Amino acid sequence: MWDYCEHSLETARFRGARYADVRVMHHRQRDLTSKGGRVGTLGQTESLGLGIRVVASGAWGFASTDQLTPEGVSACAAQAVAIAKASALAKKEDVQLAPEGAHIDSWLGPCIKDPFEIPIDTQLGLLLSVDGLMRKVKGITLTETDMQFRKIDTWFASSAGSKIHQRRFLSGCGIVATSFKGDAIQKRSYPNSFGGQHILGGYELIEAMDLPGNAQRIAEECVALHPAPQCPETTGTLILGGSQLGLQIHESVGHPIELDRVLGQEANFAGTSFLTLDKLHKLRYASPIVNVVADARAEHGPGLGTFAYDDEGVPAQCIEVIKDGEFHGYLSSRETAHLIGLARSGGTMRTEGWNRLPMIRMTNVSLLPGRWSLEDLIADTEDAVLMDTNRSWSIDDRRYQFQFSTEIAWEIKGGKKSRMLKNPSYSGITTEFWNSCDAICNADHWVLWGTPNCGKGQPMQVMGTGHGASPARFRNVKIGTAFSGQ
Amino acid sequence: MKARKIKLASPPIAGLRPERDLHAIAASVLRIAKARGIPETEVHVDESIDALTRFANNAIHQHVAEHGLTVSIRTAVDGRTARVTTNRIDEDSLSAALNHSVSLGSQQPKDPGLLPMPGRQRYRPVRRFHPRTASLSPEERARAVKKACELAARKGQVAAGIFSSGQSQSVLANSRGLQAAYRQTHATFSVTMQAGSAASWAKGNAADHREFDPQALAETASEKSSRAQNPVELEPGRYTVILEPAAVLDLVGFLFYDFAATAVADKRSCFSGRVGKPLLGKNVTITDDVHHPEQLGPPFDGEGMPRQRVLLVDQGTVKNLVYSRRSAQQAKKKPTGHGFTLPNEYGEAPVNLVVAGGKTSLEEMIATTERGLLVTRLWYIREVDPYEKIMTGMTRDGLFLVESGKIRHAARNFRFNQSVLEMLRNVERLGPAERAAGEEASEMVVPPMRIRDFHFSEVTKF
Repeated sequence: MWDYCEHSLETARFRGARYADVRVMHHRQRDLTSKGGRVGTLGQTESLGLGIRVVASGAWGFASTDQLTPEGVSACAAQAVAIAKASALAKKEDVQLAPEGAHIDSWLGPCIKDPFEIPIDTQLGLLLSVDGLMRKVKGITLTETDMQFRKIDTWFASSAGSKIHQRRFLSGCGIVATSFKGDAIQKRSYPNSFGGQHILGGYELIEAMDLPGNAQRIAEECVALHPAPQCPETTGTLILGGSQLGLQIHESVGHPIELDRVLGQEANFAGTSFLTLDKLHKLRYASPIVNVVADARAEHGPGLGTFAYDDEGVPAQCIEVIKDGEFHGYLSSRETAHLIGLARSGGTMRTEGWNRLPMIRMTNVSLLPGRWSLEDLIADTEDAVLMDTNRSWSIDDRRYQFQFSTEIAWEIKGGKKSRMLKNPSYSGITTEFWNSCDAICNADHWVLWGTPNCGKGQPMQVMGTGHGASPARFRNVKIGTAFSGQ
Repeated sequence: MKARKIKLASPPIAGLRPERDLHAIAASVLRIAKARGIPETEVHVDESIDALTRFANNAIHQHVAEHGLTVSIRTAVDGRTARVTTNRIDEDSLSAALNHSVSLGSQQPKDPGLLPMPGRQRYRPVRRFHPRTASLSPEERARAVKKACELAARKGQVAAGIFSSGQSQSVLANSRGLQAAYRQTHATFSVTMQAGSAASWAKGNAADHREFDPQALAETASEKSSRAQNPVELEPGRYTVILEPAAVLDLVGFLFYDFAATAVADKRSCFSGRVGKPLLGKNVTITDDVHHPEQLGPPFDGEGMPRQRVLLVDQGTVKNLVYSRRSAQQAKKKPTGHGFTLPNEYGEAPVNLVVAGGKTSLEEMIATTERGLLVTRLWYIREVDPYEKIMTGMTRDGLFLVESGKIRHAARNFRFNQSVLEMLRNVERLGPAERAAGEEASEMVVPPMRIRDFHFSEVTKF
């Protein structure tokens, strides 16, 4: 693979590129699903190709190809340079890149059990057995299960002399029980909705999730939602479960801190951000107990945003995003770092595959644990709604106003978890919401959740991000707004 | 070991391969499969060349091109099927993929409902390949972008957007003699014009890039952006709304999977228990029609069945669903040619929706509205309730208060929580249907609509 990298870099240099970096990526994916007791999807995909990014005439060009031959990669590199020269027709200033040393390295992400070595019948057997456990619960009308495994090798080289190979295994699984009754559809998922839990790792995730041990419980909760009372419309105290808080972090912290959004580069599609540059080190983003980091390093945990180097060859870092409630840092790249006075990129450029341009993406944007046990937090709460497992999410294009709904909720009355509520939802303004946080659970409850489906960019790129979170409490939150006026 | 190559007529990079090359790849796989005694094999060969020029802050900041070809193989042996997809097209890799498909499939329980692959079919031809769009160069896209950026600069505004173009072709063949082929071009110009803290947007999409005018789209967005200054904050509540086609598309587009027979059988469709009953307004008629002149996409489905025109909603009543071969057999209906590639758990869906239009122009809708809101575009739409089809989302890039038949001023963006079913019962006026492009749903043919009692629940800060 290095030969293809070097050949394309040489062609780019010859054609006039001032800088070039290239990624050869080999992507293997296995997808398994079941529905209603039979196999749904069963497939495996392999993709191998090369993408080269160049600066020529002071502007960017990118081209990609699956023709891994000397002729194919040369033609691709030449195309990237030609595109860059066309870009220069509409440039305002030459591209500037923050300095970065040359790195020669190889890194293997954590993986105890290679999921591609586990027989398909073992994997399908587990899914079908869990599917059967859910179907045994009376009132369940649809059952679904899934597993997804990926193995991604990346060979990165740059004209500055870097040569980095990384191998990452990504694994995920989830189960869903659905019940249609009367005029309502209710759903419960485990360990999370929209594909379940995903990590950087192997089949050990599937075993750790104990899908069989949770199947009956979520199916019974699903059926129980039908007669449960509707979540009331009120303004009050909200406790969020860890997975829902992970998505709240993703939408109302992770996206606003992307520097390309802040600078208007995503204005046409993903949107911009309320976090304009004047707010750095000045905005009271959250209450003083809130500390958020964007940490791509292995020591943060095996998240979907964990790596050794980003896709422009910058080592993984930990960025303080919110420190004691104050806004401290953006997600940056080599091109944008200087705009916020940084000498070096924050190392957050990531690409979905060989045919996509690296762009600023979340790594593991995590809320650091607080000091409460969940039991003590509930006991300390007089009147609240505890919501868990996302059902829908939406936020405006500057990341101010959001609304989330979850699959399930419980009333908290007099320090005790009481009756179940259906159709829960809450909404708010990002900074008002985070400033209302008055309790965060401790490390015993902290989970590094994986969001495998974050979409951004044109052409669209789907990326996995990590979000460590433990349950937390928020005051004076608008609750039940999604169903108000219906 | 050096991989054996399949003989292809021409080298890649410059353009799509000749169609016969894709047939040769498919034939090669089928030949190997037959030699190995595999009872049934299906091969999809898909090639695409795409390019996209992206701009922001009145300059190009991303500019990309890609070329790829994938071969996707499904085998079926004794009621067991699986799919393997690869972009490595030497004969050894394809042979390995074929073996892998059989191996994957063999490790699952037998599926008594798995149907034999379909035989040869006949397709009504479509012509959606425009050589001029296929050959659109990065310089041509960059020059169009430059004009939009210059317009923005003249107006003191900031432009952001994309100009993309591409071409693709697909061949589908199976061991029972089915052969299908399709090629198309596509182009999109999308532009956001920012004027201070205000913004507006316009977008065009077609098989032939000459069907839209990037400069005209930029001017529309620029003019609306100028009008979007100093928005007033209105109280949340129920309003009459005039939805431009992109806004209609992005809401109605969320209904597409509800028309799947499999979704109804699984009791997860909002039409479960409602087929044949009056559900929407009498003025709402929806078909799925791949042959509509403003549609794109192949005239066959994932198994190679010809796509039929299906009347889904007739004057407010859901009349028909779409069927794959499997769901059709279970429901004792005929397949409509809307199945996804197998194996999958979702069945089928209509992907060429056409919502019948009316005769009221957008301007007439505004002129006849006493008080309402003109909505340019919606954003981040998600499902709150699947059976009542309550969707939430935001207005974006141009929300205007209409009073006494005139646009009075811009309004701050609202969050909505609105049942799409209720919305389609409250349609007062319809404009001419057109191919609309949004960001939440695939492009479809929809009209602008005036709708009463649209529910806005909260307001944001801009």
